[in-house]
Amino acid sequence: MIKNIIKKRKSYIVIIGGLSIVGLTAFNDGRGMHHQKRSLTDTTKIPAKYGFGRVVTQQEIDKWDIDVRPDGKGLPAGEGDAAKGKAIYALKCMACHGATGEEVPGVKLPAPALVGDTAAKSKPKTIGNYWPYATTLFDYTRRTMPYNLPGSLTDNEVYSLTAYLLSANKIIKPETVLNAQTLPLIVMPARKLYIMDDRKGGPEVK
Amino acid sequence: MEESEKEQQPKDTGHKISRRALLGGAMAAAIIPVSSSFAKYVPTVVPKLPVPIDPTKRIGPGPSKLGKRSPFENPVRKPSDISSRSPLQDFYSTITPADLHFERHHAGIPDIDPATYELLIHGMVERPMKFTLAELKRFPAVTRTCFIECAGNFRTGSEQMTPQDILGLTSQSEWTGVMLSTIFKEVGVNPKATWFLAEGGDASVMTRSIPAHKGWEDAMIVYGQNGEAIRPAQGYPARLLLPGYEGNMNVKWLRRLELSDQPYWTREETSKYTYPVHNKIRMFSFEMDARSIITYPSYPQKVDKGWIEIRGIAWTGRGKITKVEVSTDAGKSWSEARLQGPVLDKAHTYFRHLWQWNGDETEILSRAIDETGYIQPTIKQLIEARGTDIGGYHMNPVTAWRIKPDGVVLFKPESYR
Repeated sequence: MIKNIIKKRKSYIVIIGGLSIVGLTAFNDGRGMHHQKRSLTDTTKIPAKYGFGRVVTQQEIDKWDIDVRPDGKGLPAGEGDAAKGKAIYALKCMACHGATGEEVPGVKLPAPALVGDTAAKSKPKTIGNYWPYATTLFDYTRRTMPYNLPGSLTDNEVYSLTAYLLSANKIIKPETVLNAQTLPLIVMPARKLYIMDDRKGGPEVK
Repeated sequence: MEESEKEQQPKDTGHKISRRALLGGAMAAAIIPVSSSFAKYVPTVVPKLPVPIDPTKRIGPGPSKLGKRSPFENPVRKPSDISSRSPLQDFYSTITPADLHFERHHAGIPDIDPATYELLIHGMVERPMKFTLAELKRFPAVTRTCFIECAGNFRTGSEQMTPQDILGLTSQSEWTGVMLSTIFKEVGVNPKATWFLAEGGDASVMTRSIPAHKGWEDAMIVYGQNGEAIRPAQGYPARLLLPGYEGNMNVKWLRRLELSDQPYWTREETSKYTYPVHNKIRMFSFEMDARSIITYPSYPQKVDKGWIEIRGIAWTGRGKITKVEVSTDAGKSWSEARLQGPVLDKAHTYFRHLWQWNGDETEILSRAIDETGYIQPTIKQLIEARGTDIGGYHMNPVTAWRIKPDGVVLFKPESYR
């Protein structure tokens, strides 16, 4: 045991000695540069922070932060109902989505149907049979509709349109008032159909 | 090394003129008068001329500020109201020229001034921050080549369909930008954040929820495409790049990232980009499965008897392509195609297979195999796995080309849905 350790120590010393001789020779030979370059690359450090960009105020965030989650986070103040929504629909939505939002056989509209029964297998895919969350309807309408004037609707108008479309799809009663408290409580008929991606990679075709 | 050392040797130039200097001087002297006197005859816009009988007898146009394709080559995208498809059959290798990259917009292409562009990152972070484009460019940059494919990339129904018609919603570029993980560290992303929302600065203010682990792994914010600034149709001045994930999630004109502990179930991940699987609707399908297509020979090309090099592209969102198999007997037997190296991760991979056609009617097919062991399925296998009410998203079936005895090549449409 002790003998072994001594042997190892001896060989260690020999190797170190050998390396320093090679190193000195290399330096004397004028090839030291190559060695130096390599060690520089190896020790490059990534800073914890670069210090680029600037910290923003809450006011700046609020100006852009328009998303709405199913739990209601992000919903603004205000309210609306189906009756008000119907009038706004006639004015701002009908041109693309049709008089009632339902698919009319033989008529090709510039935008998809919005109203249909809530039976899962019915076609086309409407709010009634295909949308899993009511909050998404508010979020999408507010951020991108009407197509020709995106982002021009007031929050009250968006609540009203949401109420009208949910009522037309027979998901809520026509007199329901929608606001930040009532909208997240709506259970959409299609919710139970949705599953997360269950593909796992690998050879299986799924 | 030896050559360049020799050139660095000091020369005795004081006494005699070197051969090189003499030649260079003579050349310059010969060129200057000709080019200056000729310049006024070189039109800036070349009119359409008949093809010269002998191009060695006519001086061509001189150098210009912006290059363009030969008038004999006319690769074009095929636009619809909402998308525009890459002409896959016109490419010789895997990089898609930026002006031919497929497009898919939800409210048109926004006009964004790079001088006023800002990216906001907030939510579950230590310091909510904004970065200008110039600041994004100051971070250490990374360049990588990968494909982007639209989740709805499949069409069928007619024999007269080109690779562009069938699946032209995939393209590949060399992208340059900053790793999202670098930005995550800069703002101090809370390790408990499991998702982030990416939002575009276009008129649809499009949003997608993305798992935070993808942000830490290989996501990037890119501003460069094939060596130049990213094209407006591709998200100028900056877009999100999620290698291997469905195209829609690679949010263009990126203006906001919000870290969260849950997804947002936005319109683009619920009422769109989801598909029926048996009696359920599958959502959050991110990775694009392995796929391939033969781009030569394909409709409307015509082939002759004898040697034919079958060519095409294969790719997978789950890693590298390990093998492409080609069948020249309608799927009865398969042989291994040659892959053009280097085979990159989550990238279009070019394949070639030499075949001698005897003139008999047949069908040629290709199937991609990736490093997870996944073999590109037939449409029948996809229907078996997902049911008959199969949606249009994440469709990656093997496609076949029919070769008629007269050499006409036709797509073999298969019924689906």
